[in-house]
Amino acid sequence: MKKRRKALPSPAEWSFELIDEYHREIARVAQEFELDTFPNQIELITSEQMMDAYASVGMPVNYHHWSFGKHFLSTEKGYKRGQMGLAYEIVINSNPCIAYLMEENTMMMQALVIAHAAYGHNSFFKNNYLFRTWTNADAIIDYLIFARNYIAHCEERYGEEEVELLLDSCHALMNVGVDRYKRPPKLSLEKETLRQREREEYLQSQVNELWRTLPAHELKPQEAQEQRFPSEPEENVLYFFEKNAPLLEPWQREVVRIVRKIAQYFFPQRQTQVMNEGWACFWHYTLLNRMYDEGLLSDSFMIEFLHSHTNVVLQPSYNQPWYSGINPYALGFAMWQDIRRICEEPTDEDRYWFPDFAGSNWRETFDFAMRNFKDESFVAQFLSPKLMRDFKLFSVLDDDRNARLRISAIHDEAGYRRIREILSDQYNIGTRDPNIQVWNVDLRGDRSLTLRHNEYRRRPLAGTTDEVMRHIARLWGFTVRLETQHVDGRVETLRELRNEKRRMPR
Amino acid sequence: MVRIIDRRFDSKNKSAVNRQRFFRRFKQQIRRAVADAIDGRSIRDMDNGESVAIPSKDLKEPQFGLDRSGEWETVFAGNDQFAAGDEVDRPVGGGGQGSGKGRASNEGQSEDDFVFQLSREEFLDVFFDDLALPNLVKTQLASIPEYRSQRAGFTVDGTPTNINIVRSLRGAIGRRLAVGSPYAVRLREAQEELEDLLMRASEDDPRVRRLRDEIATLRAKIEGIPFIDKLDLRYNNRVRIPKPSTAAVMFCVMDVSGSMDEEKKATAKRFFMLLYLFLMRNYEKIEVVFIRHHTVAKEVDEEDFFHSRESGGTVVSSALELMKDIVRERYANGMWNIYGAQASDGDNWENDSPRCRELLGETILPYVQYFAYIEITPGEPQNLWREYEKLRGSAPNFAMQRIEGLPDIYPVFRELFKKTMA
Repeated sequence: MKKRRKALPSPAEWSFELIDEYHREIARVAQEFELDTFPNQIELITSEQMMDAYASVGMPVNYHHWSFGKHFLSTEKGYKRGQMGLAYEIVINSNPCIAYLMEENTMMMQALVIAHAAYGHNSFFKNNYLFRTWTNADAIIDYLIFARNYIAHCEERYGEEEVELLLDSCHALMNVGVDRYKRPPKLSLEKETLRQREREEYLQSQVNELWRTLPAHELKPQEAQEQRFPSEPEENVLYFFEKNAPLLEPWQREVVRIVRKIAQYFFPQRQTQVMNEGWACFWHYTLLNRMYDEGLLSDSFMIEFLHSHTNVVLQPSYNQPWYSGINPYALGFAMWQDIRRICEEPTDEDRYWFPDFAGSNWRETFDFAMRNFKDESFVAQFLSPKLMRDFKLFSVLDDDRNARLRISAIHDEAGYRRIREILSDQYNIGTRDPNIQVWNVDLRGDRSLTLRHNEYRRRPLAGTTDEVMRHIARLWGFTVRLETQHVDGRVETLRELRNEKRRMPR
Repeated sequence: MVRIIDRRFDSKNKSAVNRQRFFRRFKQQIRRAVADAIDGRSIRDMDNGESVAIPSKDLKEPQFGLDRSGEWETVFAGNDQFAAGDEVDRPVGGGGQGSGKGRASNEGQSEDDFVFQLSREEFLDVFFDDLALPNLVKTQLASIPEYRSQRAGFTVDGTPTNINIVRSLRGAIGRRLAVGSPYAVRLREAQEELEDLLMRASEDDPRVRRLRDEIATLRAKIEGIPFIDKLDLRYNNRVRIPKPSTAAVMFCVMDVSGSMDEEKKATAKRFFMLLYLFLMRNYEKIEVVFIRHHTVAKEVDEEDFFHSRESGGTVVSSALELMKDIVRERYANGMWNIYGAQASDGDNWENDSPRCRELLGETILPYVQYFAYIEITPGEPQNLWREYEKLRGSAPNFAMQRIEGLPDIYPVFRELFKKTMA
């Protein structure tokens, strides 16, 4: 232990000087642990501004839409009635990394948030492969500004309602509007604006080309059969619409694109919740503990800190009323702690299960794990038997063909692998969200669009499907249908919305 | 490298636009909710917002999702009793052992309403949305070019007709004093020296001559200072300010005779308050004159108007007379938009009703923007109603309605001030 130093003051009220001082110490300790981060920008905001930020999905700028107003109202209601607290922080994956601190927080909380967001999340954003591949921290703010201006411009030209309807439809397709495998090109404000007009013209010409067809009756039937479009199923429905929807105006394509880009930006966050939150919790815990060991933090600070920390990483049992699934903070934090333990003090069991890294340098293992995994693979790779025992994990099979639920595995030798597999699958976006792809377009005929849902473990689509289909019909402008391919290979047409109108329906 | 930025004083209402969008989109539902709220609440509550509930199915944002049937295998924490292969009953109520957050289907469950709070302003906005007083637009539009020029100090340039003589000459005196004072000082000194010198020396003394020359020069210099200079000129400055036609006066006339019981008064009160609130939305300044009457009319304050008890007969014309006099005395200069609201149970001294009609038609209606009469009676129309009815066709700014009980107020109000009547 280093020489004990004078503890930093920890009054309830924060001040800018103190925040600066704490930040300096936290930054120094983070440096010692070699955390690689974007530069930080810490912004102090009021609770009302926090609610604003909530409403626009955490972004500092965003285009206007009624749904954000709705979120604001519900947040405001919850907050004012004291039903819910606001998050202590919001952190934005941008460069510099922007962390919002609420003015209501105590000094301890501000320090916690700085460690958690400005060093934990920040380093995760900067290094995790999903974020590196799919988001562009340098350009996101610029892109959002571009998006807001562009949509405002469209509202001026085409009317708020028109734009709103279009956005509604796009929002309905957000979770099937992401590329899962393709890497998106870099975004930047100038480039976007410059290229936008060009793209508009180009896209329209492409679409025109696609639809410039001879009347169907001049073709032989089998020829029409052979034409298949898209040549391979397209998983990014919004992308497909942007490029190929026959009736969209160029500006509408651009709006589809904006929504798609933003959906894509948030896509990695959905896939790394356990890892990312766990990582941030691990680091605020580790950094502040190190500072405490150095004598920088007072006991009262530490007690208050531990109180908050334990609340965040609490995992209730399944039979407690406040149980709401596996808490990603708790699981993530425990897993990172556990990995460190396996590296530093491996047991025989650990050596058997994790021969690759048991007893290795924990910093290197951490770096490797943080960079190259997402929740699904992280759980599959690093969830240890000890942790499963600590959490007393068990899995329940709910098959609607059976009258009763079955406990399929518990935290014992026979069940470890199975539980790990199921838990990993729970974080797999591919099975969490329905798998829906653009299957076919009847290019030469009625221009109808067919989407196909690939069923997984006989899970049917939810009741919202009808409404989403109406949005799809609005975007496509012609008949749309949705098929399900059942587990047994049978294909069934679930919905069909006929639309003979040639104009974009209002 | 860190930047710490204080954003707390940045614009607060970033979401205001989105909030507006939300309101616009759900205008119908919000309006219905507000109408319901008005029915159910006391008018005294008008200063508060209102919580509005919209069925959440109306505002959900659909996405593709999965239903909870089929095969689901879920990991839970905190095993305390199970071994692999155990079977348990499916918990009732769907939730419980579901996947916890999110994924549960909305089907078949009662959906909660989406409830949110309208601020007072928003509440009233909705409430008054499609109401407008007759002639209101007209007066407001007409009032814009109505300017009054008002003195606003003085300027250094302008047209000769606007020269302010007193100010200009005062400036001139000051300037002459200021410019001439060095000479004047020297002149005084020279004169003293001269007097001194004359005691000792003769007129011919060259010093005396020199002094006399100097004095003459100084005098000439002082006199050479222009009496008035362009610099001194001050002009009256006038600015054109819009005439304050944004002021309104509202006359509340109520019968407090024995036949008006508390309930009727309460009804009348709501009517007045609604009118008042509406005027408040449209005029910057509103005066309210309360006139209550039984056999004699009296101008009272609000407290007395609604709460003091009187009894006796009813002579409605006394109140109209008083209103007419007050208008003449205080509000006749054309800057006031005058609104009248009269509430009565219609029970009047038989011979007085024709007189009321006459007074109203000839001396009041020509001066007011709008006059509304409500008769609060559950039974047959009374004599005053019958008399007033004769006015209804001829005066476009006169409206009358019958109210039977509290629930009628809101529709009556709308009826009275409906846009179409403008």
